[in-house]
Amino acid sequence: MGDIVPNADDDVLGVARRWKDEGRGVALATVVTTWGSSPRPVGSQLAVDDKGNFVGSVSAGCVENAVVDAASQVIREGKPTLLNFGIADNQAWEVGLSCGGKIEIFVEKVG
Amino acid sequence: METAQLDRLLASRDAKRSIARLADIATGAEALVIDGKAEGALAIDAGLEAALQDALAREQSRLYEGEGRRVFIHVLTPPLRLAIVGAGHISQYLSSIAGEAGFDVTVIDPRTTYASAARFPRAKLSHDWPDVALEGFGPDRRSAVVTLSHDPKLDEPALAAALRSDAFYVGALGSRKTQAQRRERMKAQGFSESELNRIHGPVGLDIGALSPAEIAIAIIAQIIDVLRPKKKGVGVRAA
Repeated sequence: MGDIVPNADDDVLGVARRWKDEGRGVALATVVTTWGSSPRPVGSQLAVDDKGNFVGSVSAGCVENAVVDAASQVIREGKPTLLNFGIADNQAWEVGLSCGGKIEIFVEKVG
Repeated sequence: METAQLDRLLASRDAKRSIARLADIATGAEALVIDGKAEGALAIDAGLEAALQDALAREQSRLYEGEGRRVFIHVLTPPLRLAIVGAGHISQYLSSIAGEAGFDVTVIDPRTTYASAARFPRAKLSHDWPDVALEGFGPDRRSAVVTLSHDPKLDEPALAAALRSDAFYVGALGSRKTQAQRRERMKAQGFSESELNRIHGPVGLDIGALSPAEIAIAIIAQIIDVLRPKKKGVGVRAA
């Protein structure tokens, strides 16, 4: 066990708010369900801006790229989306959710 | 998430309020529940209300599914913190075990050779006198304070500061005799019986702990016992 301190993560929401202040488009991704040995617990969050910058984590780096791509679309279109990643999902497999877990990630625009 | 709602959430978080954010994951409709009061457009029916209360009690975020909708209940609790006064052997184990259990740990001891980064690699350190250090720490209802120095000069000012705070747990190392003597001294300082009854001492659950590590385990177990509401006789609750 390393530094698994759930409340000491990066201040994802605070950063999202600052990005809004700077006039950036921002989306928030949140882990809403997990199954099996998912790397990050329910409630873990990632903030993404319209340039693809992100802070926080929703996996151990396995699916963040795919989430950032989806977030760009959510920022453009304003409509929330639900992403599924799991061992049976080719995209997740390619990006390496190799632990055998499954996760659902809710992505919504801020503002 | 509306920017205004994000502002409200951040302000409530800074004020260390109990917060749940609800979001319908199909529509994005949302509500905030601050200290039990709901604000926002999302309708909270009986099923969602029950799930919300359960999530708040367990301090666990979860997805509610019912009445044809899926609503994510995101519970945002202020961090759990632990102030340890005295940087001895038990403190090293307690700092480590409490850190694993999710506590943000601060170790307070004016003796810099004791409260060193080498001995406490993961804790915050304060070398101030304990009453000053605790004023800076600011114990709130998500904080525990434990005195382990065995030195009344260090422990008693810390206990006095802890009793004047909202700390959910206050514990003090020492035998029954030591506890009784301290109690008399603190009564003379004006603390009432009921105030002094907040101090858990001898500290820790009575599991027959002997070694420093075992005592640390007894202490963290008692802190969790006080923290988590539970039904007596049920034992470990189902996740």
